[in-house]
Amino acid sequence: MEKLIEEFSIGLFFWQTVIFVILIFLLKKYAWGPILKAVNDREQGIKDALQSAELAKEEMESLKADNDKIMKQARVERDALLKEARDLKNSIVSQAKDEAKAEAQKIIESANEAIKNEKNAAVSDIKKQVASLSIDIAEKLLKEKLSDDNKQMQIVEELLKDVKLK
Amino acid sequence: MKHIRFFIIFFTLFSLSLHATDGFKKTEEKGDIKSEIKKYIKHHLKDSHSFYLTSFTNDETGKKTYVEIPMPVILYDNGFKFFMSSDFKHGKEVVVDNESFYRMNYDNNKIYKTDSQGSINVSEEGKILNEKPLDFSITKNIATILLVSVLMFFLFTSLAKSYKTNNGVSKGVGRFFEPIILYIRDDIAIPNIGLKKYKNYMSFLLTVFFFVWFLNMLGLTPLGVNVTGNIAVTFSLALLTFLITNLTANKNYWGHIFWMPGVPVLIKIVLAPIEFLGVFIKPFSLLIRLYANIQAGHIVLYSLIGLMFIFKAWIGSSLSFFLAFFIAIIEILVALLQAYIFTMLSALYFGFAVEDHSEAH
Repeated sequence: MEKLIEEFSIGLFFWQTVIFVILIFLLKKYAWGPILKAVNDREQGIKDALQSAELAKEEMESLKADNDKIMKQARVERDALLKEARDLKNSIVSQAKDEAKAEAQKIIESANEAIKNEKNAAVSDIKKQVASLSIDIAEKLLKEKLSDDNKQMQIVEELLKDVKLK
Repeated sequence: MKHIRFFIIFFTLFSLSLHATDGFKKTEEKGDIKSEIKKYIKHHLKDSHSFYLTSFTNDETGKKTYVEIPMPVILYDNGFKFFMSSDFKHGKEVVVDNESFYRMNYDNNKIYKTDSQGSINVSEEGKILNEKPLDFSITKNIATILLVSVLMFFLFTSLAKSYKTNNGVSKGVGRFFEPIILYIRDDIAIPNIGLKKYKNYMSFLLTVFFFVWFLNMLGLTPLGVNVTGNIAVTFSLALLTFLITNLTANKNYWGHIFWMPGVPVLIKIVLAPIEFLGVFIKPFSLLIRLYANIQAGHIVLYSLIGLMFIFKAWIGSSLSFFLAFFIAIIEILVALLQAYIFTMLSALYFGFAVEDHSEAH
């Protein structure tokens, strides 16, 4: 200890303290301050950049999700439209078919009616002609048969046979 | 180009120091060599008034010539006195300044007041009784401190500037030190002091770390300086830690020293003086640790180098060379480690001083 104290040089201590304290203040002003500030700024910059990258990523993801949603919606809408169109087509076709059928039925019916009427007319005409013909024939026959009295009597008798009193 | 210049300087210095040890081998007897080495080491560990580079002895005349850079001597003895250390001629001459006579003792590098004959009075225990003037000389250590300070200033201001000129990214030599600065901030300052207050202490921690580290490393170069192994230097550093700790301390810190919360009153009374002593012991351990580690490292390294010249044989000398080489590598590690420990413990003490105990413990 005594040796240490003897070794102790006040001059060296004085200069060392003075130089060192000056060095601290000089370096603080011209080196450590700017260095630490620059390093801090850089670190802050990196942090900010990372954060904004993260944000951009999130935004991208949400955009993508939105896109997907829109696409899905569009697809659903398209499907609905297609279905509607198909239904419409089907209904139009079936309606047309029904209408056509009804029309055809109508035409057929009126045709049938016409045919029936024609037929009836024809039949009645024929009937008329047949009746007149028959009357003619009967007239002629009667004329011939009733030429003599016997035959007249015979017929009357025959007719009377048929007539029965009720 | 810069690198080449650096290597030239490095190798000239290295060869100079080799030259110096050559001088030993030629002139001294074997029996004498041990004491010579001892003296050399002892001399090296001390501060010096001139920057010694090498010395050689003329074989013919036997005259020893020193190659050294003289330093200014500043004495305070009824007013300041200035002259160059070369005036002392290694303690052989008396310097006269305004009717005062000064003489340097080359063994302990101290300047004594003396008379015109340069007489030195020695007591029976071998103590020098002459009066010592206050010595504010620019010694070898102070010159080295200045050199390191200037180096640090230019190094770190250039780093600071490179951020501005290079869009916030460091460039150049300083770039090597940026991760170390970040390490001190993230792994020493913030965990020990806390996020809230660490900024106030960063300048001191960074300066002390690089200062101690650079000086430790410089001590391993053939320049042969021993700044951080000097008690005055470590005392100054530890004193600053002590002052900063106690001047920035909050109420909690003092409360923990004089009236430890959470323990019985009797123990409080017992603890108070112990804790109070701790306030001084903590920085004291800092100064002794750094001093002893660097001092011991230099002694071991120099002894092993000296061993080469004692053995003077192929096997022994090469063995001690490798040993010295190995120790030198370890010393490089110790240089960093001691700087780290000093910074780390300073941060820890600052942490104690500003600790917020509101969250209890």
